[in-house]
Amino acid sequence: MTEHHVFDMPITEAQARALRVGDTVTLEKTLYGIRDATLIAMFDRGRATRFDLKGHAVIHTAPNVRKVDPRPGNSCGYEPLCIGTTTSMRMERFTKPLMEKNGVRLIIGKGGMGPATLEAFKEFGGAYLAVVGGAAALETTWIPEIEDVDMDDLHPESLWKFQIKGFGPLLVTMDSHGGSLHAQVNAEAAARRAAVLASIGSA
Amino acid sequence: MQLDIKEVEELAKTLYIRALKLLPRDIKQGFERLMREETDATGKTILGTMVENIAVAERTKNLLCQDTGIPIYNITIGHNVEFDGAAMKEAIRRGCERATKEHPLRSSVVHPITRKNEQTSCGPGVPIINVDFDTREETVEIEMIPKGSGSENGSFLQMLIPADGVAAVKRFVIDKVIECGGRVCPPTIVGVGIGGTSDLCMHLAKVAATRPLGTTCGDPEGAKIEAQLSEAVNELGIGPQGLGGRATAFRVHVEVGATHITMNPVAVNIQCHSARRASAIITPGGIAFE
Repeated sequence: MTEHHVFDMPITEAQARALRVGDTVTLEKTLYGIRDATLIAMFDRGRATRFDLKGHAVIHTAPNVRKVDPRPGNSCGYEPLCIGTTTSMRMERFTKPLMEKNGVRLIIGKGGMGPATLEAFKEFGGAYLAVVGGAAALETTWIPEIEDVDMDDLHPESLWKFQIKGFGPLLVTMDSHGGSLHAQVNAEAAARRAAVLASIGSA
Repeated sequence: MQLDIKEVEELAKTLYIRALKLLPRDIKQGFERLMREETDATGKTILGTMVENIAVAERTKNLLCQDTGIPIYNITIGHNVEFDGAAMKEAIRRGCERATKEHPLRSSVVHPITRKNEQTSCGPGVPIINVDFDTREETVEIEMIPKGSGSENGSFLQMLIPADGVAAVKRFVIDKVIECGGRVCPPTIVGVGIGGTSDLCMHLAKVAATRPLGTTCGDPEGAKIEAQLSEAVNELGIGPQGLGGRATAFRVHVEVGATHITMNPVAVNIQCHSARRASAIITPGGIAFE
């Protein structure tokens, strides 16, 4: 049986390990945005973030924002315009250091990730939550504020701290028990390849 | 007709923003068809979320997708139009930059080596401006395509040889759709270029990927392959977002160009489900949006 989980971020290792492929998750409170340039800066160039990511979720994103005057609850001077997700697979080699060095528990993105990520989930306790790519207008309604930003010289690929409300439901597609819906679908497609090629005279 | 450069600049700005917010009717109709045909429960839910997103974007006047893409402008100039070509290209560039700063939009464009983002959506060779001509009287059409990167990364070229035949061309397309899986944000439009030189082949694939749904390849042989591959890709089970189901692609589109006696090139360029484009037609009577 699949379960729905509501998490007030951050979460514990036990909470992350309880997730199984097919479960759904809704996140509350805090979510961090991260992507290619941020991760390259952190792990290839040794830059440290002032944010404590322990137990948190990160989403593969770079938002559309508008500059505004800083105000209480929004000290960074940005308000969200459109925030969605990007293809996760490009960031495959960064999952392990994100979990090992920064204590991240959940990765949110689209398209799924590979064996190195699955291994890191097993070792440290984590999961991948699939959000529907391209559905950014909807996703933006789950992000009332941008609380803070770090490494903004990489804008828009900065490290973003989002305040979230009812962020989900997201589908667990990779878990800490070796389960991956992406790997399963890919294997099924590969298994159907021969019959499909035969049907178009390309066997 | 004298082409008004200021008007071109305004249109370059307006069309970029319009393309990011309003999905063309043919794509919306494509979603309706895929929803009816989808058999997988997860696939159905995901398609439902995509359709909901289109409505939310319209209601909140927001962008459909966060990815503002690589800006592409296709300009088609008809008979009896006087224009300063260099000024026209400059105007498009200015309009693109103004859309980015004035809306504001995320600039998704960086220098390929330094990775520096000028925050203008512009850089060397970008926006991409394609100029072509047709036979319409006193007409200029401007089409804007914000090409999303998740699907643009699903681009491939293979210089096959004549001995490989059409069978290898079709196999290449199926194999690339499998290889891309969920990374290119399915359901997609799979653009296929067949023939030409290497660069023409890639360009044909892009033309195919960004062609409206409901249109068919002008070449009868290309149209046959298009129909065959459109059926075939949806038998792979990749489905919406690569999480299983029928709706891997709205359609496979093929474009054909003549090639050399020694060559048999094939290219794939994929368009994600946020298949955004906007166009306007300038005539002496004024501007009409598609």
